[in-house]
Amino acid sequence: MRNSNVMVPDQSSNENDVVVKIRHLQKSFQDRAVLKDVNLDLHKGENLVVIGKSGAGKSVLIKCMVGLIEPDEGEINILGFDVPKLDTKQLRELRLQVGFSFQGSALYDSMTVRENLEFPLKRNLGIFDPAELKTRVEEALQNVGLAKSIDQYPTELSGGMKKRIGIARTLILRPKIMLYDEPTSGLDPITSGEINDLIIKVQEDYDTSSIIITHDISSAKVVGDRIVALLEGAIRMEGTFDEMKATTDPELAPFFNY
Amino acid sequence: MKKLLLQTAEISKFTGKALKQFVQPPFEVKEILRQCYIVGYRSLFLIGFTCFIAGVVFTRQSRPSLASFGAESWLPSMVSQAVVRALGPLITALICAGKLGSYISAELGSMRVSEQIDAMEVSGVRPFAYLVSTRVIATTIMLPVLVVYADAVALFGSFLTVNSINNSSFQLFIIDALSSITYLDIFSSIIKAILFGFAIGLIGSYNGYYASGGTMGVGKAANTAVVISMLSIFIIELIVLQFVTLLRQG
Repeated sequence: MRNSNVMVPDQSSNENDVVVKIRHLQKSFQDRAVLKDVNLDLHKGENLVVIGKSGAGKSVLIKCMVGLIEPDEGEINILGFDVPKLDTKQLRELRLQVGFSFQGSALYDSMTVRENLEFPLKRNLGIFDPAELKTRVEEALQNVGLAKSIDQYPTELSGGMKKRIGIARTLILRPKIMLYDEPTSGLDPITSGEINDLIIKVQEDYDTSSIIITHDISSAKVVGDRIVALLEGAIRMEGTFDEMKATTDPELAPFFNY
Repeated sequence: MKKLLLQTAEISKFTGKALKQFVQPPFEVKEILRQCYIVGYRSLFLIGFTCFIAGVVFTRQSRPSLASFGAESWLPSMVSQAVVRALGPLITALICAGKLGSYISAELGSMRVSEQIDAMEVSGVRPFAYLVSTRVIATTIMLPVLVVYADAVALFGSFLTVNSINNSSFQLFIIDALSSITYLDIFSSIIKAILFGFAIGLIGSYNGYYASGGTMGVGKAANTAVVISMLSIFIIELIVLQFVTLLRQG
C-alpha cells in the first residue's frame, strides 16, 4: 500500500531534462520492506544527494537503478531505458552510460591501477592499442590527481586514493550519469573534502548528472544541488540544503543539526 | 527438503551456465592461461612431494606381504596398477580440492563481498564468463595433466625404494610397471581426472560466487567448497569404478 504522505516530484518541471525518473519503486527482502514507494527525478547536469539513516535503502535504490537488484514493483526510467524490463544486451548498453562508484571502491585486487583502468576499456570499447590505452589511463588518473600510482596495487593505496581510482575507472568510459555510494564514508575530513571537490569537478568537466548517496551532511551541503531525504522507504522531503535545514520534521531535523 | 531442492536447482542452473560459457565466445583465453598456470604450475611441488612419498610408502608397506609368498617381482606391476587406477588420481584430486577449492572460493568470495563482482557487472563485463568459466576450464584441463605427473612421480618414488633394496634397473622397473597397465586403466584415470577437475572448479566457484556475510561468509564458503569437493571426489570415484568394472566384465 502506498503511503499518502510520500513526495512525488513536481510534474510541472521540464520533463525533457529529466535523465532519471523513478516512480512508486518498491523492494522487500523477505518480510522487510526496504523501499515502500520511492519517487525521484534527476535532472540533467544536477548533483542530487540522497540522505537517510543507515539501512534506509539508499544503496538498494541505486543498485536497482543499474539492475544489480531487481525491484518488486515500480518504474525506473534512465536515459529512456525502462530498467526493470531490459534484456541483458540492453542492460549492458545502459550500464555503459551509467558510472557506479562503490562504497568500498571495489578495485580488482589482482590488478594494478593501470590494469584496473584498462579493463573496462578493453572489455567494453575493444581498445587494445597500447598507445591509446596509455593515453586514456594517464588522462583519467591525472583528472583524479593520482598519475603516480599507476603501477601500484590496490592494497598499496589509502582509502581516499582507492575512492579516487574507483571514480577514475568509472569515468574512463565517460558516463552520462554517475552514482556514488557513500563516497566519503570511512575517510578523514580532509580526504572527504578532496573527494567532494572531485565530485564537483566531475560534474563540471564531464558534464554528468549524479546521484550521491550519503549520510555525511557536510558532504551533502558541498556537493548537492538538491537534497532528498529517504526515510522509512520513501522520499520524505526534498529541497536545497537551506530548505532542508529549516525542517521541523522530528526525524529529519537531527540530520542537519550536526 | 524445499531448501535442498531449491539449492539443487540453483547448482544445476549454475552448472548449465558454466557449460554454456565453455562454447560461447568471446573466449577468455588469456585468463584461462593465467588460471592454468595457477592451478597447474603452482601445484606441481605439493603434488610431486606428496605423490613421491605415497609411492615410497606404498612400495615399502607392500613389499613384505608380497615377499612372504615369493611374489616380490610383482611389486612394480602392483604399484603401477594401484597408482594409475586409484592412488594418483585420488591423491591429486584431494590435494587440489583442499588447495584449489579453497583458493577459488575464497578469491571469488572476497570479490563478491567487496563488490568487485558487482563492479564488473555494472561496467558491462560478464563476470560469470570471466571469473567462473575460466577457473572451471582451467581445473578441468589441468587435473588430468597433474594426475599424469603425479603417477610418474609416485612410480619414480617406488622405483627408488625398490632400487635401494635390490638394485633393480630403471628400465626393468618401467617395463614391469607398464606391462600391467591397460588402455582402459589410462582412459578411466583421465576421465576421472577430468570429472574431478570440473567438480573442484565448479564447487569452488559456486560457493565463492554466491558468498555473503562478509569475511565470515568467505571463510564459510571456502570451508564448504573443500568439504563438498572432497565428498564429490569419492562419489565420482565410486561411479567411475562401477562403469570400469562393467566394461572389464563386458
